[in-house]
Amino acid sequence: MSHPLRGRAAIAGIGNTKRWNAPGRLPFDQLQEAAILALEDCGLALKDVDGLFCAISSSGLPVLNAAERLGINVRHADGTMVGGASFLFHLQNAVSALETGLCEVALICYGSNQLSAGGRLASMPDPQHYETPYKPRYPISSYALAAARHMHEYGTTRENLADVALAARAWANLNPDAFARGPLTRDEILSSRMVSDPIARADCCLVTDGGAALVLTRADRARDLAKPPVHVLGTGVAIGHRQISAMPDLTTTAAVESSRHAYEMAGVGPSDIDHVMVYDAFTITTLLFLEDLGFCPKGEGGAFVSSGAIAPGGTLPVNTNGGGLSCNHPGMYGLFTIIEAVEQLRGTCGERQVGGAEIALAHANGGVLSSQATAILGTAATI
Amino acid sequence: MSTDPRFDGPGPDEVWRTALAEGRLLLQHCRDCEATRFPPAMVCGACGSPDLEWREASGRGVVHASTTVREREGGYNVSLIDLAEGARMMSRVENVDSGAVRIGMEVVARIVPEPEPFVVFDPAEGGAA
Repeated sequence: MSHPLRGRAAIAGIGNTKRWNAPGRLPFDQLQEAAILALEDCGLALKDVDGLFCAISSSGLPVLNAAERLGINVRHADGTMVGGASFLFHLQNAVSALETGLCEVALICYGSNQLSAGGRLASMPDPQHYETPYKPRYPISSYALAAARHMHEYGTTRENLADVALAARAWANLNPDAFARGPLTRDEILSSRMVSDPIARADCCLVTDGGAALVLTRADRARDLAKPPVHVLGTGVAIGHRQISAMPDLTTTAAVESSRHAYEMAGVGPSDIDHVMVYDAFTITTLLFLEDLGFCPKGEGGAFVSSGAIAPGGTLPVNTNGGGLSCNHPGMYGLFTIIEAVEQLRGTCGERQVGGAEIALAHANGGVLSSQATAILGTAATI
Repeated sequence: MSTDPRFDGPGPDEVWRTALAEGRLLLQHCRDCEATRFPPAMVCGACGSPDLEWREASGRGVVHASTTVREREGGYNVSLIDLAEGARMMSRVENVDSGAVRIGMEVVARIVPEPEPFVVFDPAEGGAA
């Protein structure tokens, strides 16, 4: 028997400002524009929204700020803040809230001015007293420690990591909306400035501005809206730790648990997935998630990527927008994994379109490999 | 007052910092399942028991993972150390070039008193480098 929430909610509208460098705009300006775009995309209006979900790096009270600016009266809200994966946590809550009637139209939204405001990750008021004295570069050093351990245990190389960045750039070169386009070589990646060994500049995601939003309704209503509904087949979330020192195993993330929940709800497995989006804050995260989501065995992520599997023309299309490495990364990138998955399932991706994509998996990460969230989406044919 | 006496006394973070200021390295151990707890907390992370006790740590450890943070003025070490008692903590290995710090290297804790006391590690005498 299928899971009672499988396919019951659908993503009806998406909004993406694509303003990756937009001086003079506040994070909430990006958020509002994205919300308007997402509602127009499906033919709904702000007055229809009764469930609001948002997170923003620079605000401790994002739901209040967003509701005031958008001028909406909500009867359900969730401002869960678990870093870049927050929006997929919101998605799981929205699916449940729609099914139980707590709201009828759910808006999940986000905005950032990280690049134009100075180019550093917006610091959240969350000091870690047991790390601060050692001055790790946050969050890069935490990911570097995981990468170092993966190399030690499995023989993963910097060349393997470079191939993740190469694949991302190759996809970005097929996406006219990607921020970083143009030729890139393995040697350029390997010789880029070392930041926190073994992570070099080219192993790190972009720093951009941006805004994104989703509108969800129950599937029966979504069928009558402007765009083909993209059904939420399964969701799963998991929390492993806060600080990298508390991560139980540096080479295995809680994505194992979040994806297990999502696969079970959706009634599918890794071999059923046509299109994959994983949160690539750093090249190592793509490797870890390909393993933990079941697309290759633990420890074989490096060989899998270096075989060309995830690049255009490979066996598994991954991060087809160019990812956080080459498309955009406004600080909390999670929502953009969903946006691209929806576009692929709608078949609107132009040159980078994955032929016949019916089921997509979007996976997001937050903190320092801390929070993990997986969503499996499907076209009407999968219901 | 009707507070629960099991939780009386200073909080775990205060105990840790007070001990460090006295030159002592203490670690929490679970009385129910013997797991070590770090950073300090009110409950055992392994079994959920609130019955934790402080014990003197040996200071011996092994490098679990290591990175060199690169700055214009030079690089410095950040490592995760697995203490002999089972806890893992972020720290740095000193008195050796950061690039020479290897996973599996044996290290010994040293308390640096200033500005706030914190723990660093040195390569162990005669330890496997």
